[in-house]
Amino acid sequence: MSTDPAGKTALDRSDARVRHDQGMAGALRGFGDRVRSGDLGSLPVVVGLAVIWTVFQTLNPVFLSANNLVNLLFDCSTVGVIALGIVAILMVGEIDLSVGSVSGLASAILGVLWVNADWPVAAAIVLALLAGAAVGVVYALLFNRLGMPSFVSTLAGLLAILGLQLYLLGSTGSINLPYGSPLVNLGQLWVMPPLVSCVLAVLAGAAMLVSNLRTAAQRRAAGLTPPALGGIVLRAAVLTVLLLGVAIYLSTDRGVPVMFALFGILVVAMDYALRRTKWGRSMTAVGGNREAARRAGIDVRRTYLSAFVLCSMLGALGGVLSAARLASASQQAGTGDVNLNAIAAAVIGGTSLFGGRGNAYSALLGIIVIQSIASGLTLLDLSSSLRYMITGCVLAIAVIVDSLARRSRMSHGRA
Amino acid sequence: MPNPTAPGGEPVLSLRGICKQFGAVSALSDIDLDVHAGEVVALVGDNGAGKSTLVKVLAGVHQPTSGTMTFGGRPVALAGPGEALALGIATVFQDLALCENLDVVANIFLGRELGRFGLDEVGMEIRSWTLLNELAARIPSVREPVASLSGGQRQTVAIARSLLLEPRLIMLDEPTAALGVAQTAEVLNLIERVRDRGLGVIMISHNMEDVRAVADRIVVLRLGRNNGVFGPDASNGELVSAITGAADNSVSRRAARLGTDAEARP
Repeated sequence: MSTDPAGKTALDRSDARVRHDQGMAGALRGFGDRVRSGDLGSLPVVVGLAVIWTVFQTLNPVFLSANNLVNLLFDCSTVGVIALGIVAILMVGEIDLSVGSVSGLASAILGVLWVNADWPVAAAIVLALLAGAAVGVVYALLFNRLGMPSFVSTLAGLLAILGLQLYLLGSTGSINLPYGSPLVNLGQLWVMPPLVSCVLAVLAGAAMLVSNLRTAAQRRAAGLTPPALGGIVLRAAVLTVLLLGVAIYLSTDRGVPVMFALFGILVVAMDYALRRTKWGRSMTAVGGNREAARRAGIDVRRTYLSAFVLCSMLGALGGVLSAARLASASQQAGTGDVNLNAIAAAVIGGTSLFGGRGNAYSALLGIIVIQSIASGLTLLDLSSSLRYMITGCVLAIAVIVDSLARRSRMSHGRA
Repeated sequence: MPNPTAPGGEPVLSLRGICKQFGAVSALSDIDLDVHAGEVVALVGDNGAGKSTLVKVLAGVHQPTSGTMTFGGRPVALAGPGEALALGIATVFQDLALCENLDVVANIFLGRELGRFGLDEVGMEIRSWTLLNELAARIPSVREPVASLSGGQRQTVAIARSLLLEPRLIMLDEPTAALGVAQTAEVLNLIERVRDRGLGVIMISHNMEDVRAVADRIVVLRLGRNNGVFGPDASNGELVSAITGAADNSVSRRAARLGTDAEARP
């Protein structure tokens, strides 16, 4: 039992029946308990990633080369942003099946306005994002006012928005974005200088260290048990070494894409918004128990609205980035496996399909898994037919893990 | 030992002639009710007696068709649940309305978090522990999801949450319905501690034993009307006949039958 210097038991350690884990050994034991009870967090995806990388590296030594990994990160950023939106909508326990079409619509709007109508690129991007927001507002209205299940409304939206995309692109079918423009450079060329990426890696670790130390100091000052100092330092050190290693390794080739850094910033911002703001708390509450949230005075309809709008806007942003990556706005943009990859990424990363459980980092981890599979299969020269089948199986496995973990959490009383 | 009919002092809440009609159905007619500070009033009655409707009227969920409500000496009209909360009327619903995926602190502060764009987790945790300790609650950890708590512990969390806004009146709808013997005793202790903090308590229950254990007055409703006010020393027979509306009712007949059976046996 922990005591403060005055010998008084800390406020949160007064119940003698509870085992309070202390220090490093305790932290590890607590982690083991959580995993056993089905609170898996990011563990399955980390294990899965290790397996996938080992398999593909033994099959083709090019897989883990810096050059291939840089390409991987370029590809991750576009669909990753869309997956981030899916995380937001899954948090409230709903789904958006039309993010692929929304991304295609955004790229079409970008192409038509920027290239065909000679708008400034910034204005075209803003309008594309606003179009995404409008789609989200429509879904939220259908859901809140008419009680239409999001599964159905977004499935209808998938087709309708695809139609709008084809209509906008007209008979030409494809608009090439100008090479050498900043947007296309962002999507294809721009990488951070080695020094910048290393500094960013160290800054990320330092920010984590400082924020956790400050929390610990606040808790100690308030008479609550602070988290173990060793754990804080260790986690920050691991993160710094990991990011620094990636930055240095990728800098042996071109370097870390600027677009990926942008994606990373969005992930961190979303994580903060979901975990540390009133809005994020209401999202989790609505996803967990809608009626309880309503009775607690949360504006449930507005929470759904924010989730739908955020999801569609991030889908549109992902579409703009995809257009930049491909340097074109085409009829194929956003079709095929974009939808499924985005949803699969969020679920594989550990965001539950059942609502109320998940985090922004699942989009990052999940999309790396999805793109690793895609990249590995491409390197093996497998056709897209096999790629679809394998990605489908991986998604099925991820959902099975989610369902089993949920059942285990329930039987261990962890919902 | 308060007098069952006329407790002293100004009542916190006073209802006079409250009626509530749903179309042709009169769910409540001419209900009078007084609740004083530091007093537990039990609301008993059969199914359909109007207990839940009355609670919903007090919680601002339903608006009365006629009648006056006085709270803290001022006449009030509750247009919605938010107004009831703002006045200081807190309700703990039967299903508790907790988010099982959130931890105890998040549930207690749900919808009223400290810090809009940077939640004050430390401040909220301290306030949670203070509330729970005032209720002498035994919660292992406020950072575990509510799903891991027992029924009694969840009831404690729900009551602690209702106390967060410093209400003057707290309503508990069937607080012991789903609980075991020990957990029921803990919740009854909890109700006494809430009363000792000087709050008015309205408790709905079907369990006469629980009602007599903590209530200072027992208000009986029958078919939407007042049907008597009793002290905690009222006999089971008195209460049952007030609830069912007759001295000759299924409960008394059963008791009589069992009594004669016992006499008939050698």
